[in-house]
Amino acid sequence: MGRHEILRPSRRAFLQGAGLVIGVTLAGRGMAANLIQGEPADVQNPEAKAFNAFVRIAPDSSVTVLSKHIEFGQGPYTGLTTLVAEELDADWSQMRVEAAPADDEIYKNLAFGLQGTGGSTAIANSYDQMRKAGATARAMLVAAAADEWGVPAEEITVSKGVISHQASGHSSDFGSLADKAATMDAPSEPTLKDPKDFVLIGKDRPRLDTPSKVDGTAVFTLDVLADDMLIAVVAHPDRFGATVASVDETEARKVPGVVDIKTIPQGVAVYAENTFAALKGRAALKIDWNLDAAETRSSEEIYEEYRQMIGGAQGLEAANEGDVDGAMNGDGITTLSVDLVFPFLAHAPMEPLDAVLMRQADGSIDCYNGAQFPGQDKAAIAEVCGVDPANVRVNTQLAGGSFGRRAQFGSPYMREAAEVFKASGMTRPVKHMWTREDDIRGGFYRPIYVHSLRGAIDGAGNIVAWDQSIVGQSIMNKDELDTTSVEGASDMPYRIANRRVTAHQPKLGVPILWWRSVGHTHTGFAVETFIDQLLDKAGKDPVSGRLALLPDDARERAVLEKVAEMADWGSPLPDGRRRGVAVHKSFSTYVAEIAEVSIGEDGGPKVHKVWCAVDCGVAVNPNIIRAQMEGGIGYGLGAILYDEVTLGDGGRVVQSNFHDYRSLRISEMPQVEVAIIESSAAPTGVGEPGTPPIGPAVANAWRRLTGQPVTRLPIMSAAGV
Amino acid sequence: MTKTTLTRFCLLASACALLSAAPVAGWSQDRAPAAPEPSQPVVQKKAETVQLRPVSDFDAIEDETERSIAIFEETGKVLLHPRCVNCHPAGNVPLQTMAMTPHQPPVVRGDANFGVPGLMCNTCHGPENVKVVGQTEDILSIPGNPNWHLAPIEMAWQGRSLGEICEQIKDTDRNGGKTLAELIEHMAEDDLVGWGWNPGEGREPVPGTQEAFGDLYKAWAATGAHCPAP
Amino acid sequence: MVSFTLNGEERRFDGDPETPLLWVIRDAERLTGTKYGCGIAQCGACTVHVDGMTRRSCITPIADLEGSSVTTIEAVSGREAEAVQTAWTAIDVPQCGYCQSGQIMSAVSLLQMNPAPSDADIDAAMAGNICRCATYQRIRQAIHDAASSLEG
Repeated sequence: MGRHEILRPSRRAFLQGAGLVIGVTLAGRGMAANLIQGEPADVQNPEAKAFNAFVRIAPDSSVTVLSKHIEFGQGPYTGLTTLVAEELDADWSQMRVEAAPADDEIYKNLAFGLQGTGGSTAIANSYDQMRKAGATARAMLVAAAADEWGVPAEEITVSKGVISHQASGHSSDFGSLADKAATMDAPSEPTLKDPKDFVLIGKDRPRLDTPSKVDGTAVFTLDVLADDMLIAVVAHPDRFGATVASVDETEARKVPGVVDIKTIPQGVAVYAENTFAALKGRAALKIDWNLDAAETRSSEEIYEEYRQMIGGAQGLEAANEGDVDGAMNGDGITTLSVDLVFPFLAHAPMEPLDAVLMRQADGSIDCYNGAQFPGQDKAAIAEVCGVDPANVRVNTQLAGGSFGRRAQFGSPYMREAAEVFKASGMTRPVKHMWTREDDIRGGFYRPIYVHSLRGAIDGAGNIVAWDQSIVGQSIMNKDELDTTSVEGASDMPYRIANRRVTAHQPKLGVPILWWRSVGHTHTGFAVETFIDQLLDKAGKDPVSGRLALLPDDARERAVLEKVAEMADWGSPLPDGRRRGVAVHKSFSTYVAEIAEVSIGEDGGPKVHKVWCAVDCGVAVNPNIIRAQMEGGIGYGLGAILYDEVTLGDGGRVVQSNFHDYRSLRISEMPQVEVAIIESSAAPTGVGEPGTPPIGPAVANAWRRLTGQPVTRLPIMSAAGV
Repeated sequence: MTKTTLTRFCLLASACALLSAAPVAGWSQDRAPAAPEPSQPVVQKKAETVQLRPVSDFDAIEDETERSIAIFEETGKVLLHPRCVNCHPAGNVPLQTMAMTPHQPPVVRGDANFGVPGLMCNTCHGPENVKVVGQTEDILSIPGNPNWHLAPIEMAWQGRSLGEICEQIKDTDRNGGKTLAELIEHMAEDDLVGWGWNPGEGREPVPGTQEAFGDLYKAWAATGAHCPAP
Repeated sequence: MVSFTLNGEERRFDGDPETPLLWVIRDAERLTGTKYGCGIAQCGACTVHVDGMTRRSCITPIADLEGSSVTTIEAVSGREAEAVQTAWTAIDVPQCGYCQSGQIMSAVSLLQMNPAPSDADIDAAMAGNICRCATYQRIRQAIHDAASSLEG
């Protein structure tokens, strides 16, 4: 995939930046620009024949799967290709993968109804569809062979990329029959394999994208190159909702290589012949911002307002079973209550947001970007640039992580990139990039949440009541109950007779977004730390206590039992170490984790080891499932230990880069052991579900180490470390 | 600054200088960098909010021992400044910023006080301070010097009083084997010591000038190089 | 005008001498394996080798490189590099892959100086390279695997 010779044409563009060549303007040379790196699939192999929207086979027998899902590390390129190859009976070595074009109909996510990646749905929604795409192509190859050889199709076999007819001795590779096969009628309902006959599904399979990510040839959006391309960065306001009042461009225009400066709705765009000139030019701008519409509350003010809301007006009811108030006030009842504070979180993918836009001679526009919602990006570009959506092509690139950041309804990021492109006059290709500061301060955070929890235990040690209020912005921007605010809490698996979950959804001028596991980032923490405290108070073991509260048919049971077995729960621990457990379902996948923790040299939690058991139905590729659990644990651990985006006085974001928005580093990564529960249930997602349990597992261990529950995240700043 | 205040600072910190004598070339691998020779002193003469008092200010102290101690205490404004202390930690992690927080990213001392294989100091720290353009306002430059490295652990001053540090820098077992004359020259002229007065954009320099600092050391030596009580 | 060697070839750069090596490599030389992640030497995505040592190219002005030899992921070679890239591939270390060029450049340097690193050695050497996908467990494993393969 995506291996291109890296061309090194003249350094003309750079030299222009030094002012040595005349004609440095936004208008460029008035020629249609050539893309140097980042070509879409159909340009790379024009001889490949399309069997359907997802499968192309070339004369050299290479099979290219068009992935409707973006690859940003979670593995759909390999997973979707595995599904096709399985039913196609291809040899793994002939399989290739490329990004599908943007098309909200043909390439829609069957779980969303539009093209998009998210909610850990890539395998789940594609499982049957991709298998059918492979089976259809196989049937067409077989039909072509039958016709060519004059033998009955039923007698033809396909194995490891070879089509054979034993009786006649005919055999062929895919490529020789591809031209003919592509013209055969596709069966309307192809026969799918019995899972017991799977050759590829269920086995460890190396990732198709690994080689190019190990030798530096993988092309991400930032690596897309075009002749005559401008680099653009945008100076953004330092408060959400502020707008440009006035700009002094004098010094910025003096920077060699700066070509032009334009004010756009999102800020002030600086165009330059190279990245450094763009950054230098931006740093030299003097901008006055209009704060009339800006959000100026600090995080502390927001926390306080949220706390007030819990005691105030009635919340939106998300669950209400039994008689919570009655149970809380019953005879012989012990109650426990805790308030939890969750900060804003940035996603901070390694590759900050970026896009390359270029207009072709016919007026159509090509966009190259890490498109998580390609149709939304296409619509945004069309609207901003004033062209028909049919004349916009979104060429999805590999993306350097996302964790939710690249999936935005209405594509606000792409609107900025498109405004930058439009303001340039659209004559030269433009690469628009964010710096890390643009990313950390760019909003679209996991919202602030405040939880208030109350629980009741009767004289016999039974947990009899649970009352939970959740305050935080609605990610889906709803006035009525937003299920993403309460998922994982309103549907918690524990049998508690009297249970109430309510939500308050205040409005705030800070743009927010889903963040790896969405509502489960906070509900998983709240439910799993509070149930742990209640069990402790009732004198019950965290594992057996949870099992006793779970219905017999709950799939949480198997992962919990498995993880306890892996960790030898209850066995003696080294001095100074304690363990915490958590189990949580998200996106229909069940994950239990046990963390072994001590107090580190810096006074905060040192997580030594994490055991993880996951039930995601059919395990299409155990290698990738384990990787996603390992990564999901590391990502979640970094966030709960170190990360918060804080609005300071006046609403300015305090953090700006990795020095103060810390990421987990290798020296802080625990050893992780993953077990996958064997299952024949339909496959479910793995990108997000590894993340929710790690926070509460560590917090539960930390409470045992210190005697203090974690009531505010991140743990390090709450612990004053 | 009173002695009490200084001692209180000492509990938090250690001090500056004595860096360039440490041999970096002790690294056993053939790829290891050799310690560059100290270059010419960098003596800045720009006005600072906190100044070093000139030697003449101490002329009024008649008792030579007391005068010597008072002069040394004046140099404590430099020695105990975070800019200097940050590279004389008691542990294996350098400190940074005026708050003296652990270095981020988390680097470690290594066998030659120059980091570890794969993450040597010169992975990030070049021969001079480098201006950072167009990134966070928190980090306007990356500090650098041809001889950038951590003070050896025997020169660690973190948590020690000014008196203890004074005894330490006179002790040839703990000062890189320097005679008093070599020590004075080091303070007055060493380039990496001088970095403290020229720490790059976004960093508060240590008080005074290296020239004035060197003069204080010469006067301290001439008055018997007496130390404050530990 | 700065003259330096890039992946074995003589190169010249006559733009702004403050330009970080990262942008010379990416913009002027159009070698895109070396990545931008933070611009302040916090993440290591831009790691290259300068005269055989790891260097964060995002904070290295090109003016400092007169006469230096720069190696990027595109041309890193030798037995340690081969062992590292083979080990990385064998256990599928990368997820999104964006940081991996930098990770590999650091790992190669580590093994060149320390052929048998412990977990602690690996953690210390690699602590300057952030991976937001947290592929750290496999990075540790791959470095051990590469070290083992170099023994034979």
